[in-house]
This record gives sequence, structure tokens and C-alpha cells, in this order.
Amino acid sequence: MIRAASIETRDRRRALALAAPALAWTAAFFALPFAVMATASLWRRTDTGFDRRPSLENYADFWSQSAYVEAAVNSVEITLAVTCLSVLLAYPLAWIIAVELPERYRRIALALAVIPFWTSYVVRSYAWSLVLAKKGVLNGWLAAWGLGALDLANSRAATVIGFTHFFTMLLVLTIYASLVQLPRNLRLAAADLGASRFQTFRFVVLPLTLPGVAVGAFLTFALCIGDYVTPQILGGGNDLALPQLVMLQISRRADLPMAAALSVILMVLVTLAYLAMARWMRPR
Amino acid sequence: MIRFALCSAYMALIYAFIFLPVAVLALFSFQDGRFPIPPFRGFSLRWHAEVLADADLIAALVNSLLVAVASSALALALGFLAARAVATGALRGAGMVRAAITAPLSVSYLVIGLGLLASLNLMGIGLSLGTVAIGHVVINTPLCFAICSAALGPATANAERAARDLGAGEIRVMALVTAPMIMPALLAAFLLSVTFSWDEFIIAFLLSRFDVTLPVEIWSLLRSGLNPKTNAVGSLVFMLSALAVLAVELAAARRK
Repeated sequence: MIRAASIETRDRRRALALAAPALAWTAAFFALPFAVMATASLWRRTDTGFDRRPSLENYADFWSQSAYVEAAVNSVEITLAVTCLSVLLAYPLAWIIAVELPERYRRIALALAVIPFWTSYVVRSYAWSLVLAKKGVLNGWLAAWGLGALDLANSRAATVIGFTHFFTMLLVLTIYASLVQLPRNLRLAAADLGASRFQTFRFVVLPLTLPGVAVGAFLTFALCIGDYVTPQILGGGNDLALPQLVMLQISRRADLPMAAALSVILMVLVTLAYLAMARWMRPR
Repeated sequence: MIRFALCSAYMALIYAFIFLPVAVLALFSFQDGRFPIPPFRGFSLRWHAEVLADADLIAALVNSLLVAVASSALALALGFLAARAVATGALRGAGMVRAAITAPLSVSYLVIGLGLLASLNLMGIGLSLGTVAIGHVVINTPLCFAICSAALGPATANAERAARDLGAGEIRVMALVTAPMIMPALLAAFLLSVTFSWDEFIIAFLLSRFDVTLPVEIWSLLRSGLNPKTNAVGSLVFMLSALAVLAVELAAARRK
């Protein structure tokens, strides 16, 4: 009896020792920095350094200055547009690859769908700025067809296009994964019972793949709203997104407390999105 | 028939959308002129040559590889050990441990980078490639942990117990039984981490100073506006990644 207990203790100690390095790393370089950020968001920048008495003035500033609120609204609008567009573009392609295509072509079709992943993230946004530039490829084509030029460079539309490109690829993968798990028999059974193709999709396929879509959509939301690169390269200097504003506090104004407060607001937005979408993410 | 036509048309449209920027990027990296925009003036390798002759870019590429391999190796070690700890079932509060280790997955890289920047400043630690690697270990450990956890199951637990009964110590069990059994997962976790670290921009940008990684160096190239040299860097990175993917695929095919 005593022996069994001591073996149990030994196993527990051993397991703790195995988990300790990862826990220590996460505590030192993730949890601690996070606490530092949350604390710093309550400080104030002064001419000589920081005023470390806790106050909510940064958050009050956020609410009272329209530039800050506008950036948050911009970010949410861009992110919602990107999430919806990407799901709408990716779902049919994932469906075609998972269901319509003969099995032997699936791997290659999927591999082709993510080829641009192979180039660098920064370069992908730059590549879109080439396409959308005033004298770029797109306007070249439009002119060749006798259509007027579009002024997309440095605009919110360019940001949305660049993001949608990236997240469509990502969502094709996640939605494909939930579609192939769906047994073919379920669709056949629905058809046998007299459901039309649309009804089968609406009442069988869509509800069963919804959790996969919701997880992908949340991932898109979280990654999109926190990204600095794409709005900075494609969106240009006006109509800032929240991460651009955060970086501006750091690089131009050396205002770490405000940057920290804006980051906290960013996290709150992601959490709200999670709460709003959580009920779709669970299989029913 | 209509269905087939519709599907084909949709596929063609989406694939065109997906390939368009990469195709334009690659095509105009061969531009014989100063601007990577139409018209295409003819085929030239001069921008590619310029990239390969650029000592800063090559140094950044080497830095990126170093950071990627070192941070991924460490993240894999941390993730693997922790996954084993949770898989044994002996750990008290295993759910909490799992939640704590995977928590960084739900936080934006910008916030992780800023937090580390602020903390390092307060502690008086200077920025270097090492601090970039620290940041990359933070984002990749949860990933390695999740992949290893998924691969560990009753099969590995039984084999480990048998090895222990036969007198193997804990380290030998891990090195000779567990690791070989889940080798594909370990490889996948490592390669995915390398990919993430290799392509990561914002943490590397915030946490580096004089020595920078490739995405940060490319970022500073972008300040010169549209430039065929940036196209050439992009296409060369693309080819490098394609070769790496091909090598991994071939290696996997050979193992079978």
C-alpha cells in the first residue's frame, strides 16, 4: 500500500519535471510579458519616462479621440469583410475538391490551392501592391478591354483583397478537412429520402460542417485583426487599422503605455469575436 | 454537364485569383527595366544576380535559418516533454497545464512581441537574434505540444511501460521507444515550426536590432517602393521553399 502510494508520487514528480521546462518558458516569456503589458497600459507617458501610478487615462483617451476609435472601427470592418468574403470564396472550392473531384486529383488540387503560401508573407502583400498599382497589371488589363482604370493602390479595398487572398487559402484547407470527414452515405441517404440537392446541403452538409467553418472563421478573424503587415503595405497611411496605430505609438511617439492599452483593446475585440462565435464552433 | 462546367469555371476563377500575385511577382522579377509593372520589357536575370550579390540579404537569410532551426529545436523539445507529461496521466491538473501551454496560440503575434519588448527593456536585456529566437519559441511551443500530444496514445504508453519493465531508464525510454514511435509527428512539428519562424515578421521586427532575419530585411527593401529586386527576392524564397517541400515529399515517399 505504502509502496503503491510512493510509486504514484514518483510518477507525479516525474511528470511535473517533464512539464516544468515548457511551463517555466511560457511563464517567463509569455505570461510575465503579458502581465507587464497589462500593467503598462495603466501607466502614462511623460516627457522623461513613465508615470507609474495606475490610471485608466489611456483608455479614456482612446474613447475621447476619434482617431483611435476610428482605427478600431476600421479594423473590425475590414476583418468582418475579409472573414465573410474568404468563407464564401473558400467553401465552394473546398466542396469541389472534397466532393466533385475524383479522388486521385484531390491532393494535387489542394497543393495547388496553397502554392502562394510558399513565398514570404511580407512579399505576398507586396505582390498585391504590384497587381493593384496605378499602372499595374490589373489596370493594364482593364485598359486593354477598354475599361476605365481603378484606383485601388493604398486603399482599404487593397487591404481587403490582400487579406482575402491569404485567408481563402487557409480556409480551403480547414473547410476541406471538415468536408472529407463527412460520410458520403449521409448525402446519399438524404437524397434517397427525397431531399433536393439544395435541401441536402442546407439541412445535412452545412450543419455538420459548421463547426469546422466557425473555427476557421474565428482563426481568420483573430489573425486578420492583429496583422500589421498587410494594412501597412496595401492600405497606405490614411484609414489606419488598429495594429498600425499600435506600431505608430512605439515607433513615432515612444508611448509604450498607449501601445499597451491599444493591444489590450485588440485582445478584447478578439475575445468578443470568440464569445460571439463559440456556439457555432461546437458540434451539435 | 452544366454542373461540370460550373465547377470548372469556379475552380479556374479561384485558382486565377490565388496564382495572380505570385505569377506577377515572378514574371516581373525578370523585368529588363527599373519598374516591375507593365509593359514587360524583356527577360533579364540582372535582379536575381543583384539579390545573390547583396551581402545584407544573404546574411539575413542565414540568420533566418539559424533562428528557425534553433528555436524550432527548442520548441520541439519543450513541447515533446510537456506532451509526455500530460499523456502519462500522472500529472495533477493536467487540464490547467494544457491550457497554460497552449495559451499563446490565442494571442496575436503583435501583442506577444510587444509584451516581450517591454519586458526585455525593463530587465535591461539587449535585442539580438537570441531575443527573436526566444519569441519564436513562445509561438511554436504550443504548436509542437499539440502535435506531439495528438500522436501520443495508448500504443506509446504500453510500449513505454514494457520498456520500463525491462529495466530501461526514463531517458532511454524516451530516446529509444517514444521518440522513434512518433517520429512522423516530431518531424511534422519541427518542420511546421521552422516554416512559421522562417516567415514570421512582426516579432522578429520588434525584437531584433542590428542582425535581422530575412522578412525584416525584405521589409526594409520595401521602403524603396516597387522594385524588381524585391520581386527577385520573393521568387527566390518561393523557389527555396518549393525545393524544401519537394525534398520532404521525396523523403516521405522513400520511407514508404
